[in-house]
Amino acid sequence: MPRLNINGQTHEVDVDADTPLLWVLRDSLGLTGTKFGCGIAQCGACTVHIDGVATRSCSLPVSAAEGTQITTIEGLPTNGGLHPVQRAWIAHDVPQCGYCQSGMIMAVAALLRDKPQPSDAEIDAAVTNICRCGTYARIRAAIHTAAQA
Amino acid sequence: MTHMPKISRRFFLTTAAAAGGGLALGFHLPGAIARAEAATGPAEVNAWVVVQPDDTVIIRVARSEMGQGITTALPMLVAEELQCDWSKVRAEFPSPEENLRRKRAWGDMSTGGSRSVRTSHEYLRKAGAAAREMLIAAAAAQWGVPAADCQAANSVITHKPSSRALRYGEVAEAAAKMPPPSEPKLKDPKDWTLLGTPQKRLDTVDKVTGKPIYGIDVRVPNMVYAAIVQCPVFGGTPKSYDEAKIRGLKGVRQVVRLPNAVAVVADSWWQAKTAVDALPVTWDEGQNGTVSSASIAEFLRGGLTAPEAAVVRKEGDVDAALAKAAKRVEAEYGAPFLSHATMEPQNCTAHVTPDKVEIWVSTQSGEAALAAAAAAAEVPPEKVVVHKTMLGGGFGRRGAVQDFVHQAVLVAKAAGQPVKLLWTREEDIRHDFYRPTAMAKFTAGLDAAGMPVAWRVRVTGPSILANLFPQRLAGGVDQSFANGFTDEMAYDVPNYEVGYAMRTTHVPVGFWRSVNHSQNGFFRESFIDEMAHAAGQDPYQYRRKLLSKDPVRLAVLDAAAQKAGWDKPAAESISRGIALVEAYGSLCAQVAEASVDDKGAVRVRRVVAAVDSGHVVNPEILRAQAESAIVYGLTAALYGAITIENGRVQQGNFDDYEMLRLADMPVVETVLVPSGGFWGGGGEIGVPPLAPALCNAIFAATGKRIRSLPLKDQDLKRV
Repeated sequence: MPRLNINGQTHEVDVDADTPLLWVLRDSLGLTGTKFGCGIAQCGACTVHIDGVATRSCSLPVSAAEGTQITTIEGLPTNGGLHPVQRAWIAHDVPQCGYCQSGMIMAVAALLRDKPQPSDAEIDAAVTNICRCGTYARIRAAIHTAAQA
Repeated sequence: MTHMPKISRRFFLTTAAAAGGGLALGFHLPGAIARAEAATGPAEVNAWVVVQPDDTVIIRVARSEMGQGITTALPMLVAEELQCDWSKVRAEFPSPEENLRRKRAWGDMSTGGSRSVRTSHEYLRKAGAAAREMLIAAAAAQWGVPAADCQAANSVITHKPSSRALRYGEVAEAAAKMPPPSEPKLKDPKDWTLLGTPQKRLDTVDKVTGKPIYGIDVRVPNMVYAAIVQCPVFGGTPKSYDEAKIRGLKGVRQVVRLPNAVAVVADSWWQAKTAVDALPVTWDEGQNGTVSSASIAEFLRGGLTAPEAAVVRKEGDVDAALAKAAKRVEAEYGAPFLSHATMEPQNCTAHVTPDKVEIWVSTQSGEAALAAAAAAAEVPPEKVVVHKTMLGGGFGRRGAVQDFVHQAVLVAKAAGQPVKLLWTREEDIRHDFYRPTAMAKFTAGLDAAGMPVAWRVRVTGPSILANLFPQRLAGGVDQSFANGFTDEMAYDVPNYEVGYAMRTTHVPVGFWRSVNHSQNGFFRESFIDEMAHAAGQDPYQYRRKLLSKDPVRLAVLDAAAQKAGWDKPAAESISRGIALVEAYGSLCAQVAEASVDDKGAVRVRRVVAAVDSGHVVNPEILRAQAESAIVYGLTAALYGAITIENGRVQQGNFDDYEMLRLADMPVVETVLVPSGGFWGGGGEIGVPPLAPALCNAIFAATGKRIRSLPLKDQDLKRV
């Protein structure tokens, strides 16, 4: 039975080893902030952190996540309030339907951890998630705001 | 572009986990909580306004929130007249069955056609005004003074002569018992203090913390999961399937045959999906297994010249004017089928018991969902309970057709317990109700000065109304297929005729953000450019001449051109194109700036949009909608094509049905030029001008006229 460390807590889950992590998070554990969009690591709606690295959980077998620290949107470090990326998202009123935004925020939080002052080219290369509502202009502006925080 | 999962151990997490997907702040989803709370004391002043003792004002939102911002914009309409403290406003979604029970107290709940503001602004403002008058009347009665001596502001009623004050929360219960005024007085727009201001959206905090519950997130006790495979050829049915092949797979419970599909029910969705992938199904493909994009194109091409066509607008004598014209301009245009590709794939959770049918669903039309559930379960509508959730995008996919509801109810009925049916992305792309493919043929005659004296328009393609609502066809004709060429074509052309030859295919068609304006805006505004170039004139100035008697449209066109700096040359290697479209009661002009490199790669640098929606409820939301529409239109212009082979859709996921991403996002500058006096829609108007503005810029850059989309299929290499 796979043992997972998610948001600082240990969970044993009764699933087959090849089950994608996404479905363990959503259906076994009820962590529904992480979304399903494509199932082939194209859209990034399912982005979580695996040991701090933005990872598309729809294409990661749960067996590969054993022994790692998994962080979902529900466990994003906030120091008691909101994460700087979330605050920047609010300042720029980024979300529309909001469905992709958990994955966006996780991708951006990982980017800013590695590159606290990313250039536009670095943002383009790192944030390849799809937003069908087209909030990209505000996402870029909010990333720069978060980088100043 | 794509990040494949990678593992490393660099990160150590120090904070504790937040528990599962909690309930969204300010929203009552799933719906049971809203009903429970209604009993605990807050006063419903009228159907739209509930005031709690602590002055919290709950404003009911009848439409669906799919990202367009009505959760904020519609309460603003009520709150402006209610004179309440905006910081204490919360939104709540009444349920469709409650609407049915209360004789449609909340009116039309369907959400589409950019209708939310433009068709409900009046009754929402009146609801706010009525509630305010009732609150004032209750305070006046308590004080024993004339209501005329009392005023309301910021959720406080004051009696000036005696300097007394009461909070809304203190008189709400009494106000609820006051007779509603028959004709509440509305403010003059010049006195608005909330409408027209850039208020923050009410749903943002939830949406950055992963809290909102979308249909896909619903969890109900004893729920199991279903995955589905639908006949790849539209109209086909399952002939047989070999259930033995998946019997014994872990978690698999049941196979359910549906009219056009087979579903597998399992303990988890991944088990259901794995099993349905492994299930051998033989299909009866029906008559359409040989249809292709090529055969559909040939069929439509016949419609361009067919003698039988409905004339949907006619002025003057086109043939006579053409005969005398100094110059003739002719062209044919085409546009492909498109899929909506909402980020949240279609899904519905259903529970069918002998007493009732309960569904939880992301829907643009709770009432259509209710009707679909009742029809599928074969029960009267009164037996259905609908829990509307947040929508992970809509764009028209989740409105008129509730096929996912119908399926979920059938599967849940067979399962005898709650079932969450969720489509894969591939099912979603391959079983859409697509933006219709269309073609247009234009013949125009220009006079010696280059201005059009005659214009014949023929459009052809599958009709959405004929597919979904044949009863709405006027005399068998779908006028809306020619949207943008009929009453929304304002250019001054004395002899003008528009014909529509309907060409129905087996591919289901439906309402896709901006509907037929999406093709016709591209066709019309590209061809206007062709006329301007044939006349040797600047395309912006040419449009100005065609609109010389029309100050409202001129103002929008000028606003975009001025903001873009049309009169000054663009930076080196950058070219500009312009377009103007009227739709859903609003106007939008766009200037696109693009470059095309030697290899033919198009890069869109900047899009300037000017929007006139008459009144503006919330300028920030309107700007966000313009940005959103530009991305939707640009994605389609660059990449969008659903193609058919052997009767089925060839695309299946975001690797072959591509979406615009951040790296390709142009700078967007939106200028709002509200001229007042009318209420236009905001969600769709920005889509149609994008493709023609961009293709006109590409013409300016390359001299190559794009008459067919998407651009990825066009060869723009320099020779």
